[in-house]
Amino acid sequence: MRRLPPVAITAIVFVVGFALCTAQFPNFASTRVAANLLTDNAFLGIVATGMTFVIISGGIDLSVGSVIGFTTVFVALAIERLGVPPLVAFAAILLLCAAFGAAMGAIIHVFDMPPFIVTLAGMFLARGASFLMSTESTPISAPLYSTVSDFALRLPGGGRLTAIALIMLAVVAAGAVLLHFTRFGANVYALGGSRATTALMGIPVGSMTVRIYMLSSVLAGLAGIVFSFYTAAGYSLSAVGVELDSIAAVVIGGTLLTGGQGTVVGTLLGVLIQGLIQTYINFDGTLSSWWTKIVTGILLFAFIALQQAMLDIARRAGPRKTGVLKS
Amino acid sequence: MNAASDPGPALLEVRGLSKSFGTLRALQEVDFTLRAGQIHALLGENGAGKSTLIKAVTGVFPRDAGIVRLSGSEVALGSAKAAVDAGIATVYQEVNLLLNLSVAQNLYLGRQPTRFGLVREAEMRRNATALLAEFDLHIDVAEPLGTYSIAVQHITAIARAVDQSARVLILDEPTASLDRHEVEILFAVMRKLATRGIGVVFVTHFLDQVYEICDRITVLRNGRLIGERKTAELPRIELIRMMLGRELAETTSERAAAQVRTAGELCARFEGYGKAGYVAPFDLALRRGEVVGLAGLLGSGRTETARLVFGDERADSGSAAVDGKPVRLQSPRDAIAHGFGYCPEERKTEGIIADLTVRENIVLALQAKRGLAKPLSRSEQDEIAMRFIRLLDIRPPEPERPIGLLSGGNQQKVVLARWLATAPRVLVLDEPTRGIDVGAHAEIIRLIRELCDDGLALLVISCELDEIVTYSDRVIVLRDRAHVDELEGEAIDISNILAAIAASSTIGAEVGQA
Repeated sequence: MRRLPPVAITAIVFVVGFALCTAQFPNFASTRVAANLLTDNAFLGIVATGMTFVIISGGIDLSVGSVIGFTTVFVALAIERLGVPPLVAFAAILLLCAAFGAAMGAIIHVFDMPPFIVTLAGMFLARGASFLMSTESTPISAPLYSTVSDFALRLPGGGRLTAIALIMLAVVAAGAVLLHFTRFGANVYALGGSRATTALMGIPVGSMTVRIYMLSSVLAGLAGIVFSFYTAAGYSLSAVGVELDSIAAVVIGGTLLTGGQGTVVGTLLGVLIQGLIQTYINFDGTLSSWWTKIVTGILLFAFIALQQAMLDIARRAGPRKTGVLKS
Repeated sequence: MNAASDPGPALLEVRGLSKSFGTLRALQEVDFTLRAGQIHALLGENGAGKSTLIKAVTGVFPRDAGIVRLSGSEVALGSAKAAVDAGIATVYQEVNLLLNLSVAQNLYLGRQPTRFGLVREAEMRRNATALLAEFDLHIDVAEPLGTYSIAVQHITAIARAVDQSARVLILDEPTASLDRHEVEILFAVMRKLATRGIGVVFVTHFLDQVYEICDRITVLRNGRLIGERKTAELPRIELIRMMLGRELAETTSERAAAQVRTAGELCARFEGYGKAGYVAPFDLALRRGEVVGLAGLLGSGRTETARLVFGDERADSGSAAVDGKPVRLQSPRDAIAHGFGYCPEERKTEGIIADLTVRENIVLALQAKRGLAKPLSRSEQDEIAMRFIRLLDIRPPEPERPIGLLSGGNQQKVVLARWLATAPRVLVLDEPTRGIDVGAHAEIIRLIRELCDDGLALLVISCELDEIVTYSDRVIVLRDRAHVDELEGEAIDISNILAAIAASSTIGAEVGQA
């Protein structure tokens, strides 16, 4: 029997968690709860998809939370103060995010700097810039916003699959295809295996690095747009700490923090597990919402310990299979 | 093997290649010719310039002078990628592939078959399976490469290179970590490539393998070309002379007649001690007041023997006994507890801790032996440090100086002092005189003799045969990761050691005594 992949363990944790919640609250197992889980965590799912690419490639992107905050403020001000049509504002912010991510990727590659430091600088930069634009929450009242929040696919049982949930699912699906079925995706895994070796095998490491951070920042920008739909406002303090939530989702989803292994589906499950805990707390009504953080912390620790244990086992097993030699 | 009488056209020609690193002249005017369809061994001891030659040819290093011609036309290769594009592929001992990716992805990374931007996984796997089948390798190509043995990884690397239309294949010590069966698999692949007209450069330390598979041999020494011969026309002893740079006639024993000491009591004994794929099982007895020298070519298993004895690698066969009692040496800690000490070959990385002071370096092993619960007081540390500084004449005699600032010879003395402070029974010295100037060299040798007279059992490794002959009471000769001969007393001289190294394994160890 083949070893259980980490993503299967994540799936089991999610299913067991959901079953436990259902056992306590019979109303839990409904399309309403499931659809809300997707809607409430749409922005996190999008940004965590980008983070999955970054972490599998052996990097980290600490700037995404600030990019989300920046995006909400930028979009709100552009629409409300400057009267820019929302779609134009969206295009502009996504381009800006692409340039921002590309710059971080280029700095990481050209100066051979640790991604941790470069994206930490990016985090302060983006957060600072959003404060510079506005320190107040700016409500968005454009017609598009009410159209989008009214739109939903009705599910049997009363659930509403909202537009932003659909966007998130589309991003996850596209991310999974990109990561698992394209040359780009294979190169992402290769980078996480070894940068030096990947370069020796003729893969353009520099342009890959730039494109990976660009992808992460663009998805953070998209998550910011989705967040602005969700809250119908732009606020410079929004999404503080989301970079850490998304890293937690990626790791709980079975991606190796040191790179080289992981899946997009696992990340989605990691996001949903965090959402599940939050939902449970809402159902219970007496627990402090900070329990989400505590349980996430415990899960995170358990998964990192699990990964380390699996690596150790693999190492101790040593090599291993020799090919079958005919003739 | 090909009929070597009819050399094919020159595929890769290197002429007058020179390369210096600062003042070190790593390669001087080296010529090298590889013919199509031949397997060509590139041999030499440490510092001969094999790796530098490979890296200068494949564009990893820029070269100072010289030209490289591929199929008659001159090429200027600026990078490893340019070399691959030109048709020169290198497979290193450490496999340069991605262990986390599948075998198929490794074979086709960057050139996977795609349709509408999506990788055609099924087609890629079919191609990969077919490609490896050409090398008689039948494996599940969807599995991660890391789950397969090093031999499979090497063949995968070779298959990738060949599939990218490599005409010259350079294999840099590919067999170092393979077992016999895996070597056979690899050799079958090499022979197959040669019949296809690919030129193979084979770098190795295993002379048996050279004689088994190579058509021609080029020997480098100290960055110079010593010669190129047909394997069939080069006797082993001649090859070893070319590698080590000596003529049997000019070697004279430098042993003092009065050197024969009475061997003391047995203090450590190893029987059938070995580790598969590392060193073949050996018997080794270490007696008080005796120096045992380990002689052999680079990669013959000298350092490996030392590491097994010191518990740094775990033996998987045989038994060890100290003072007649069986012991288990699972780690250096165990070995230290039983009174062993080890001065490693790589003094800078494995011996000294450069930022710590002389005093701290000296007390390190003693403190480790006592355990952290019983710290040495500062005055004890000072006392020990000063005693050994005086005893071994460490200069400058300043215990608080960072050891990194001392000369090589004095660093070596500090490492020696570290072990002497633990009052060991057995001390293993791996290349104790490497990188040490001539004056200090003599002094270290004098120290070795004195330690021995004080009743220590010493196991000394050196590539300087003169040195081994000078201080050893017994010499164990190693070849191809096995102990093949033991010389004692009168029999210890350079020509006997060379003969023992040269004896082919089929003839056996007796030849060395002749």
